[in-house]
Amino acid sequence: MSKEVKINVRHLTRVEGHGNIVVDVKDGNIEKLEWQVPEAPRFFETMVVGRAYSELATITSRICGICSIGHTCASLKATEAALGINISEQTRVLRELLLHGETLQSHILHVCYLVLPDLFKVNSVIPLIASHPDAVLLVTKLHRLSNELCDVIGGRTTHPIRAKVGHFTMLPTWQELEELKRRLEEAKGDLLKLAEIFKSVSGGFPDFNRETEYLSLTYDEEYAFYDGQVTTTDIDKNISPDEYKGVVNEFVVPQSTAKYGKFNRASFMVGALARYNNNHSQLTPLSQQIAEMLGLKPGINISPYQNNAAQVVECVFAVERSISHIEWLLGQELKMEKPDIEVKNGQGVGAVEVPRGILFHDYSYNDDGICVAANCVIPTNLNHNNIQMDFEKMVPEMLSLPEKDLQFNLEMLVRAYDPCISCSTHFLNVEFKK
Amino acid sequence: MSDKPKVAFFDFACCEGCQLQVANLEEDIIKLLDLVDLVEFREVMTGSTSETYDIAFIEGSITRKSDEKRLKDIRERSKLLVAYGQCAVNGGINRLKNIWHSMDDVKKCVYGDDSYMPHLDTYPTKGVDEVVKVDLYIPGCPINRDEFLRMVKELSLGKIPRLPNHPVCVECKLKENICLFDKGVICLGPLARAGCGAICPSNGSPCEACRGTVDNPNKNAMHEILDKYNYTVEEIKRTINLFGVNPEVKK
Repeated sequence: MSKEVKINVRHLTRVEGHGNIVVDVKDGNIEKLEWQVPEAPRFFETMVVGRAYSELATITSRICGICSIGHTCASLKATEAALGINISEQTRVLRELLLHGETLQSHILHVCYLVLPDLFKVNSVIPLIASHPDAVLLVTKLHRLSNELCDVIGGRTTHPIRAKVGHFTMLPTWQELEELKRRLEEAKGDLLKLAEIFKSVSGGFPDFNRETEYLSLTYDEEYAFYDGQVTTTDIDKNISPDEYKGVVNEFVVPQSTAKYGKFNRASFMVGALARYNNNHSQLTPLSQQIAEMLGLKPGINISPYQNNAAQVVECVFAVERSISHIEWLLGQELKMEKPDIEVKNGQGVGAVEVPRGILFHDYSYNDDGICVAANCVIPTNLNHNNIQMDFEKMVPEMLSLPEKDLQFNLEMLVRAYDPCISCSTHFLNVEFKK
Repeated sequence: MSDKPKVAFFDFACCEGCQLQVANLEEDIIKLLDLVDLVEFREVMTGSTSETYDIAFIEGSITRKSDEKRLKDIRERSKLLVAYGQCAVNGGINRLKNIWHSMDDVKKCVYGDDSYMPHLDTYPTKGVDEVVKVDLYIPGCPINRDEFLRMVKELSLGKIPRLPNHPVCVECKLKENICLFDKGVICLGPLARAGCGAICPSNGSPCEACRGTVDNPNKNAMHEILDKYNYTVEEIKRTINLFGVNPEVKK
């Protein structure tokens, strides 16, 4: 066979950050096949050294604009673990609500603005404004709602202001919560319409499966986002987040400024599909109904493209949980809290599920509460290795396709993971070489 | 061909939170597309051009030689170059890295024994204007959406937009907030450039000067405030470099 393929996608579009895809096939032999991450590394672990415990979340929130709330939550949890600070039920509920707002915001942005154009065979959401105006307006409405939820609870859409170590600096008003609740109730119907649109074009996803290890948090009381232990499809006993280093096993590779990870297999996957595979039985009835409609089975789903369906399902879950959190808040007399913080030395880990998967922050403080060491493990990093492994199974299977179609499928594969590359280098491009 | 200005967006080392603010304009961005012709925006659209741009928006800080080459190429092809977001304006939060004396130590801290690998190279963070000429700045971490919208409208009308040059305290007073100094919290509002609507103090959190300072900050007034509330200059110096600002606040 004399098949030659040369694909060279530099700075893949419609992903957050910079990544390249390089495929070099000569005489039917794959000579080079790489998922590369050239994003400029930013060295956050060095930026926080020497800063006070109260400043850490402000700094590490800036690791990522899209998941700044997730970084804030992981950061606050790590600091609170290090300093031995307990938070009130009120603060925990407000943080969870904020995190659901971000999940909704990020999943809508990703599925609708970045993935749907592929399924509609257009280069961006912009042509859809003219061809599918109702769908675009539905999407902007949901996206606006998620952003405004983050505004009301966090004080700002991106880089939340109010969430601090041990407390919130300002609380939502009764009227704001009532209005949010009303709009979230309406959003359930909008999400149902969106799920139908997604289903109508989801035949456009390539047919590709590869079973891997799925890794996420899991929590007895609910589908895990804010709290939980680490679990995977390959282990019987859950692991404490404090032991994260033995789980993620980060390593440096020449093709990437972002680190890679592996655990019980050559690679693992984190994110919406991993969460769904591990915790689907804890979803709400409506989100389970949407999962079934989108073809997700209540077990292990092994096509990476199904990550996008799992994101739609999680949007529904996020809306429903947000409503129940708001109902709880409306039943309380909310009060401003002043945390009793005793500055001391200590080390702590904070783990949360952010839109792209499990996130860990690990800080060490000296006697004055000044950070002396930090480590942030970013979900997109954890997926890079799995993307590479998917490439290695997919390209031989699809070599008979025209080069253009193969390239398109690889690009869609990377987008399915919703990589957040700025985050991961604290990175995305496609190169195909013949 | 359209006679609307050709606009492109580019990003360097940053969190991409500022382009997210552009995406977050929601329905307004649809209207904005009536005013400008969006020709390149990697995060939201496939397709790139090697043509010239009327306006290039640059987000992010410059941390490697290879970035300089890309940035200079964009500059050569752009009539007007806008640095938007604090990372582009002065390096922003990424400038905290520069406090380390050696970039080798910075690399070792993150990549350990692998830090020698050439693709992990980095140099002290620069703002965009340390590499190329910048025609307009839109500060903030993140940018303020309304300010961005105002500036794009003004640019499309051929006007050069101006930034507010009064301190955050002015906007904070207009909002009738209780001064955070009175609540025992140290705040950079007296020095910081307004235009954010005093968003942090209005949410009960001190201003961190994420938009930089006004052109000629009233240092004497800042000293008076610090004296009155028993704070030292050192205490504000600690915070003011969070977003890359480091004015000499001497008596």
